[in-house]
Amino acid sequence: MNWGSFSAFLHMGGYAFYVWSSFGLSFALLAFELVQLSLRKRTLLKRLGQIQKLNEHRGNK
Amino acid sequence: MSKINWYKYSAPVTFYGLAGKMFPGFAILSAILFAIGLYISFFVAPTDATQGDAYRIIFIHVPAAWMSMFIYVVMAAYAGIGLAFNTRLSAMMAQALAPTGALFCFIALFTGSFWGKPMWGAWWVWDARLTSQLILFFLYVGFISLQAAIDDPRRSDRAGALIALVGVINVPIIYFSVKWWNTLHQGASISLTKAPSMAHTMLLGMLIMALACWMYTIAVALYRVRLIILERERNSTWVSDLMKEMK
Amino acid sequence: MSIVFWVIKRDLLLAMRRKSDVLTTLFFFVIVTSLFPLGVGPEPQLLKAIGPGVLWVGALLATMLSLGRMFAADHADGTLEQMLICPESLSLIVLSKVVVHWLATGLPLVLMSPLLGLQFGIEGEALRVLTLSLLLGTPVLSLVGAIGASLTLGLRGGGVLVSLLVLPLYIPVLIFGAGAVDASTSGIGAQGHLSLLGALLVLALLATPKAVASALRISLE
Repeated sequence: MNWGSFSAFLHMGGYAFYVWSSFGLSFALLAFELVQLSLRKRTLLKRLGQIQKLNEHRGNK
Repeated sequence: MSKINWYKYSAPVTFYGLAGKMFPGFAILSAILFAIGLYISFFVAPTDATQGDAYRIIFIHVPAAWMSMFIYVVMAAYAGIGLAFNTRLSAMMAQALAPTGALFCFIALFTGSFWGKPMWGAWWVWDARLTSQLILFFLYVGFISLQAAIDDPRRSDRAGALIALVGVINVPIIYFSVKWWNTLHQGASISLTKAPSMAHTMLLGMLIMALACWMYTIAVALYRVRLIILERERNSTWVSDLMKEMK
Repeated sequence: MSIVFWVIKRDLLLAMRRKSDVLTTLFFFVIVTSLFPLGVGPEPQLLKAIGPGVLWVGALLATMLSLGRMFAADHADGTLEQMLICPESLSLIVLSKVVVHWLATGLPLVLMSPLLGLQFGIEGEALRVLTLSLLLGTPVLSLVGAIGASLTLGLRGGGVLVSLLVLPLYIPVLIFGAGAVDASTSGIGAQGHLSLLGALLVLALLATPKAVASALRISLE
């Protein structure tokens, strides 16, 4: 175990700012990519649903 | 043994289903590997004697840098296959990989800078590696914006493929020239390679993090290629059948 | 081979008729390089140090701005499609067009560069190396730029896009070109840099016409 206490862990031997911003930003970006993908999926499905409706509408006529 | 029909899987319809089945596996694998990798990075790997705890940034920096280069090569390979054999799916895979590659490239850049600040005292150093990484990022941006600017999917695929291939041929030339430039302009000798002889745990942590990033890339690329397939094939019957099923 | 002479003759004639295009690129180069002393201050030592780099970046930008013209006119009036279906080798046609592009933009830059070099206090051997490096390097810029120009043919926002595609590929030329002058002033000798520039030129001559030909096919299909 490297760290005596939780605060020592957070402190990162004085490099807390650099270490935590690196890891934090990196994973935030990865998370952002995932969120962006699921949003894209949702809008795409909505659009496909609209196309579907339009086609059915045309078919009924 | 029955022969696997690879052509079947290269059809977007079949691959759509296949990718959907493969996605959860890679996603879970990536999450597990990230958990192990982070545990090693913070709890197993000891504090470095010269760099203190700041060196822990390499556990994300180096894997991201590896991935960004690796993804570019894979992307170019897909692009080349797409151009040579006229397979739509490989072009779509290239398109699906690009944003993730650019993302890793960006991560490598800013974590490099966050590492450089405490180590070299500067946010940015025109070191050969950082500079090549920056240029790689530009190459990604060029590929993505070229594909985004072309509406016709066929032209977009093929134009993107060509620029990816041109890029991948140029990467060694660029790397060599940047290295040459860097050795000539060595003012204060700063080198990133001066990392102390790496302990086994450090290497292990880096490898596991790299594997995690790799699995993440596969998972995200599969997810994105599914969306691309749906977008491209939105007027086909199988997509409308799929939509009916989902209702 | 006659197709080469034919295309070169035709394109040169067209370029001569549109002299303003050539002059615009040239003056862009002159103005951009003249802005730097105003931006960084007039100290001769500093200017001498940044001079080669500034001239090279100026040449890069000027070439890049002129890339749109390489195929645009022929694309607009349908000549390019005729060239695509003509039985002669498309690579040769492309090469001829690139040669003319260089004659109309690269060569004037090279001829102008000694004058601008003097403004930055580059003299003697260094000035000679600078001109020579531009002479070797600007054809590479035209060749590589042709790839970008052909891929972005007819796209909205093609001008900015071409810069994103092409400028990263220009980096090796920039490094060896500007580096040659630095090497000669610092006494290492510019031989190595100039040889590498020559190698890049040969490589570009061999590889790019084919790439541009397929890019044109992709864009016009």
